[in-house]
Amino acid sequence: MTNSQLTDILLRLGDDSLVLSQRLGEWCGHAPILEEDIALTNIALDLLGQTQSYLTLAGNLLSETKTDDELAFHRDATDFQNLLLLEQPNGHFGDTIARQFLFDIFSLLKVQHLASQSVNTDIAAIAAKAVKEIRYHVDHSSKWVVRLGDGTPESHDRIQKSINDLWKFTGEMFMCDESDNAGTQAGLLPDYTSMKIEWLSRVEDTLNEAGLTIPENVDMKSGGRRGQHTEHLSIMLEEMQVLPRLHPRANW
Amino acid sequence: MKMSEDHEKLAASVLKRVRKVMDPELPFLTIEEMGMLRDVIIEDEHCVVIITPTYSGCPATDVISEDCLLAARVIDPRAEVRIAMSPAWTTDWITDETRVKMTTHGIAPPVGQSHDRAFLTGDDRTIPCPSCKTSETKLVSAFGSTACKASFTCLNCLEPFEHFKCI
Repeated sequence: MTNSQLTDILLRLGDDSLVLSQRLGEWCGHAPILEEDIALTNIALDLLGQTQSYLTLAGNLLSETKTDDELAFHRDATDFQNLLLLEQPNGHFGDTIARQFLFDIFSLLKVQHLASQSVNTDIAAIAAKAVKEIRYHVDHSSKWVVRLGDGTPESHDRIQKSINDLWKFTGEMFMCDESDNAGTQAGLLPDYTSMKIEWLSRVEDTLNEAGLTIPENVDMKSGGRRGQHTEHLSIMLEEMQVLPRLHPRANW
Repeated sequence: MKMSEDHEKLAASVLKRVRKVMDPELPFLTIEEMGMLRDVIIEDEHCVVIITPTYSGCPATDVISEDCLLAARVIDPRAEVRIAMSPAWTTDWITDETRVKMTTHGIAPPVGQSHDRAFLTGDDRTIPCPSCKTSETKLVSAFGSTACKASFTCLNCLEPFEHFKCI
C-alpha cells in the first residue's frame, strides 16, 4: 500500500463522515420533533469528530501537509471522494432515515474491521472510538426504519419509496479500485465481497421486520470515489465552505 | 526509563493541579473523576498531560485541553497537552463515587459495564429516576443535550432526566 493509496482510504473515510455530518446538520431546528432534532445533530457531531481525526491523518500524508480544516473547506467537489448516497439532499424525514440506515450498517462493518486490524494503529485507535458511536447510530436508524415501515400505510409507502430511490447508490459502497484493493491486501480494509454479503443480510433483516422490501433490477450509480459527483454536492459545499473561503485566515 | 526524583516531583505537582480541572459540560465533576485524565509524564525535560476525549466530536475536549494547559503551565511553562485516542475512553473508568455524584446532580449514571451489549441504549435496562428513585422510567431518546447522554422520563414523578450512556 503506497502513501497515496493510504491517503485515498483516509479521505474516503473522512469525506463520507464529513458530507453526511453536514447533511444531518441541515436538520438543526427543522426536525419533526425536538428529540429527533437533538438525535440527528448528535449523530452529526459524532461524524464530524471522526472526520477531524481521519482528515488530520490524511493531511499529514500529503507532500504538502494540510490541516483537517484546509481539506474540509478548501477543496472543490471534484476532490471529494465520498459516496454519492451521502450527498443526496435530506428530502423528508423518511429519506434521511433511509440514507442513514443504508450507510450506518456499511459504516459499522467497515469501522469494526478498521478497529480490529493492526496494520495502522492510528486508524485502529480512531475506529475503536468510532465503533462505540456508530452502534448508537445503527440502533437509531434501524428502529426508525421499523417504526415507519411498520407504521401507518402512508409511512410504510413513503419509507419504501425512500429505500427504492436511494438503492441505486448502494452498489458504490462495495466497489473497489486500486487503493481499496491495496488496503484489503495489506489487511487494513475488510474484504468488500464478504462485507457486502454481511451488509445485505443485516439490511434485509431490518427491512423484513419493517415489512419493507429490497427493490429489484436497479441500475447502480457510482463515481463519488473518483470525484464524479451529483450536482447536489457542489451546492452543499458552497454553503459549507463560503465563510472560510471568503476569510481564509479567519480564526474563531 | 525511570524518572529522576526531580522529574517525579514536577510531574506530581502538575498532576495535583490538572486533576482539579472541571468538565465544562458536567461542571460538578473533574476530568479525573470522568476518567479523561490519563497520565502526566516527562518528555524532553517538560511535562506532557495526556487526556482522552469521551466522544470523537465532543466540543468540550478543546476547552479541557486549554484548561489543562493553563493549569500545568503555572508549574511548568513548557508543559504540553496531548490527546490520546487509544485506548478508547469508556464509562467503565467512571468510579462508583463519581456515579453517586452524578445521581445527586440529577443525572442517572451509566449502569453496568460497557462490554455488555444489552446496555447499549438502556432499552432493556432499568435506569432508576435520580429524583424519586423509582425504576418506572422510559427512554425518550438515545441522544441528549451532550454526546454522552440519553434522555429519559420518569413515569412516576414525571420528571424528565438525563442518563449517562454506557460506552
